[in-house]
Amino acid sequence: MILLPCAWCGPRDAAEFQHVGELVARPDPRTASQQQWRVYLYLRANRRDWTVETWYHRMGCRRYIQVERHTETNEVRHAGTSGVTGAAGVTGTAESAGPPGAASPAGPAGSAG
Amino acid sequence: MTARGARKGPAAMRLSQQPGEVIDRTRELRFSWNGREYPAYQGDTIISALAAAGERVFSRSLKYHRPRGLLTATFHDPGCMVQVGDEPNVRGAHRLVSDGMQVCSQNTWPSLRFDAKSVNRLAGRFLTAGFYYKTFMRPRSLWPAYEAVLRRFVNAGSVSPDTAPGRPEKRYAHPDVLVAGGGPAGMAAAVAAARAGARVLLVEEDHKLGGHLRWGGEADLAVLGGLAAQVAAEPDIEVLTNAVVLGRYDGNWIAVLDRGADAAGPGTGTVRTGAAAERLVKARAKTLVVAPGLIERPYVFEGNDLPGVMLSTAVRRLISLYAVKPGARAVVLSANADGDAAVADLKRAGVDVVRVEDARLGGDVVAAAGRGGLRAVEVADGTRISCDLLVTAVGWTAPTALLNAAGDRPVYSAHAARFLPDPARLPEDVLVTGGIAGDGGIDELTEHATATGAEAARRAGRIGRARALACPATRRAALACPATRRAAPGDSAGAEPIAIPDLPVNPHPEMFAGRTHGMVDFSEDVSSKDLVGAVAEGYDSVELAKRYTTATMGPLQGKLETVNAAAIVATATGCSIAETGTTTWRPPYAPVTLGALAGQVHEPVRYSPMQPWHEAHGAAPLVAGAWIRPDSYGDPAAEARNVRERVGIIDVTPIGKLDLRGPDVPRLLNLLYVNKWSKLGIGRVRYGVMCAEDGVVLDDGVTGRLGEEHYLMSTTSSGAATVWEWAENWLQTEHPDWRVHVTPVTTAYASINVAGPQSRRLIERVTEGVDITNEAFPYMHVRTGSIAGVEASVLWRIGFTGELSYELHVPAGYGLHVWETLLDRGADLGVAPFGVEAQRILRLEKGHLIVGQDTDGLTRAFSAGLDWAVKLDKDDFAGQPELAWQLAAGVGERLVGVQPADGSVLPAEASQIIEGGRIAGRITSSRMSPALGRSVCLALVDARLAEPGTVLTVLLPSGQQIEALVMPQLAHVDPDGGRMRV
Repeated sequence: MILLPCAWCGPRDAAEFQHVGELVARPDPRTASQQQWRVYLYLRANRRDWTVETWYHRMGCRRYIQVERHTETNEVRHAGTSGVTGAAGVTGTAESAGPPGAASPAGPAGSAG
Repeated sequence: MTARGARKGPAAMRLSQQPGEVIDRTRELRFSWNGREYPAYQGDTIISALAAAGERVFSRSLKYHRPRGLLTATFHDPGCMVQVGDEPNVRGAHRLVSDGMQVCSQNTWPSLRFDAKSVNRLAGRFLTAGFYYKTFMRPRSLWPAYEAVLRRFVNAGSVSPDTAPGRPEKRYAHPDVLVAGGGPAGMAAAVAAARAGARVLLVEEDHKLGGHLRWGGEADLAVLGGLAAQVAAEPDIEVLTNAVVLGRYDGNWIAVLDRGADAAGPGTGTVRTGAAAERLVKARAKTLVVAPGLIERPYVFEGNDLPGVMLSTAVRRLISLYAVKPGARAVVLSANADGDAAVADLKRAGVDVVRVEDARLGGDVVAAAGRGGLRAVEVADGTRISCDLLVTAVGWTAPTALLNAAGDRPVYSAHAARFLPDPARLPEDVLVTGGIAGDGGIDELTEHATATGAEAARRAGRIGRARALACPATRRAALACPATRRAAPGDSAGAEPIAIPDLPVNPHPEMFAGRTHGMVDFSEDVSSKDLVGAVAEGYDSVELAKRYTTATMGPLQGKLETVNAAAIVATATGCSIAETGTTTWRPPYAPVTLGALAGQVHEPVRYSPMQPWHEAHGAAPLVAGAWIRPDSYGDPAAEARNVRERVGIIDVTPIGKLDLRGPDVPRLLNLLYVNKWSKLGIGRVRYGVMCAEDGVVLDDGVTGRLGEEHYLMSTTSSGAATVWEWAENWLQTEHPDWRVHVTPVTTAYASINVAGPQSRRLIERVTEGVDITNEAFPYMHVRTGSIAGVEASVLWRIGFTGELSYELHVPAGYGLHVWETLLDRGADLGVAPFGVEAQRILRLEKGHLIVGQDTDGLTRAFSAGLDWAVKLDKDDFAGQPELAWQLAAGVGERLVGVQPADGSVLPAEASQIIEGGRIAGRITSSRMSPALGRSVCLALVDARLAEPGTVLTVLLPSGQQIEALVMPQLAHVDPDGGRMRV
């Protein structure tokens, strides 16, 4: 199980986190084309390489953190709340981190109280 | 079955006291085997006690029902799986006898000695490799008959349905160094690591530490005594015996199965054994030292699975640990020093060693013969020797499972006739020592292990410091491991790596399969003939031949048979073993019960503060996610009528509640909801709908403004956690500059909906400080005040049921008090509780949708009939572009109110709506309406069928088709909403 260095809590089991997904920039909703928007919603590079992801420390501090992780070795070379370093070819910046829709675009099954 | 000289009887084969024996002769036990009583000593395994009584057959094989006896005398003995009481598949050569234990054989009928299914042996040519795939395929119509027959082949015991469920616990451990294997190397490594300041977890599968030293001579036992004293002297070594490392995962997350308290030693207290005792230890080790030793490999020849054919380690364990004489007249095939030592042990035990075939000098065994047990052996020169014991010592298998999991690919060495690890491929946090790494005397092994253990501690310190540095400074001290805190030798920053000496690798003859065909996989009954046949059929890779023949796929998972299988495939394909490679070892290394993996269920069940009242008043429970809710109190239709005519109260505590504070709350609301929130005044509430970024309806609820910068948001019960995380995600990642605090208060409040024409009179009686006249407190407004004497309560006027209603949110501790007060003060008004089912009837009559029931994972806002709420002219909100495109492209499907033409017919929810033979929608909700006396529905239909007045065809589950009419609006009762606004 991957050990993730939470920026607030220190090294923690990945089981405590929810993997939100690769960091993708949210296009401007006023000007985005359908193609751009659907790339943002559904398409991920899924590279065997360094990748920048959002993880949510669900069972811990409940903060969304950005993690730069190698998908083959699971090595982590940066984890923090903002400012991703390294040359991972990130398509987004700290200020435009992956929005919620990227991970679960559809709503949950629910029932009114 | 009694070969010449072998005796049977209560202690016929028990030897006098042996120097290293683990049995306590002062503690006699009794147990039963297939209904007959046997004696045992404390410390005996089931099989050692039976062998001491002269028993030689313990099971029947999977396919051919051949008699099987003792082969390895370890946990991984393929012929020694037995049933103990209710527990099947017990490893009889490992499980210790307890007094009164009831043991019986598995897979035998009618008895172990006279097994009816052994006729399969005669049909052997029909049960060759791949028979599973070939024999039972055609005709398909006969499969049920085949299945019934095949079921009897299952080689397993039985579980009684009355077996009490266990409560397996789990444990977390955070050792600096975890040592897998408690032989001399593992013990020495653990001591060295502990002396360097590390906390060590030492895991040994057997009941005692010591490995092969335990069945060695006086000198070995003296070394073991010294090592054991050193281990015991280190307080930072925790020893887990009768435990096994199942697997190694990323970041040295190591699964250890603790099979129960060590009950091996004389004088130990109560024995915790059995599957129920299994406990999963989740260890996060900074470094892992792999020291499992070696597994002795069987030899392949005709008759190699006869009871009486054993490995050299098996006879040495029997003699030295359990004082059991393994036979009377023995032939030994020896290719190494351990075989020679076995010869000496056998002679010491009084066994008549009639022949030693030395493989280093060309000796060999051609075939073994016998029925029900070994009677004779044919050796290399053709001589046929009568005997009841054949011992083979032909080489070793390296159990590389943990190394494979760490990325190593062991390489075959023809020189050593086994696979050797390649330490260069191992990551920094995995080290290897002991017999798996090389040969050498005990001094060389302990020297290698000591250096490895010290280096493991040094690396653990370095890894611990690196992890601590990655932590926020304020947490570093708390997170630092002892190895990083202590100024231990070799652990200071920048300490040089400790040189680990090379272990010699001794030459060993390559011996896998002899001149005749024999058993390769003893658990799956796969012979060398099957493997050769599989290669001839084209399965010429070891991975394919494995799957086709099922070799290495039985309970042993390759521990005994994987290298022999590779060698036979190599010979058959004309390749070398190095070219052929082995199959991949995958976790779990050893069998584990599902109960141990599952552990205890830690999911909390949620109850509202009013639950005791519901239970006392006969509420039928409804499981709603984590919550238990009252479904009804007996008659939902009557409960619904009471709301329409008088007043009802419902416990809606599970409604999600988020307390929102800060100047930027309106911006957050505008982003999350599809409708507008900028102008929501203090004291107002509004219904809102949330969509995900793909425009699909995510949640709905009302949000009220309690103060200048203070709001209370409600969500659906099941969406409470999702919406909270959704809001946090937007705030933390997309708009960290917005000043909003989100606090979940779902369980901080008990929530009660008071609904019905009499609800205002009831609220009036219990509320202080709030003017609740319609003029002062109109529909869709919120007030705070005192309810039944409870300060800081929130009331909002909303109308999910379609009636005049007030939703009360009171501090949870007062929930029951307020609930009982409402019932007490409203008795003359006809107040009665109603449950979730009545609420579902009422909201359906009113046409209010339920997200997730009347919408699904593809329903976008316009399809849900929420056009009135979606404000596409807002600056930005979640899902906005998709909704704009949905509107432009046409709505697709649409939620409509539907009434069957025959109001007495109630279409089941999810009934299809069909048009011209194609599915054109479905009924999403349906109930009989007490108010209208007829069935009412909501349905999602193709937009072109959504016009009011359209006659739909509904296909009922029975196959019957009925007509139903699309209504002008979703609401079946009070479409103008007058009842809510009075």
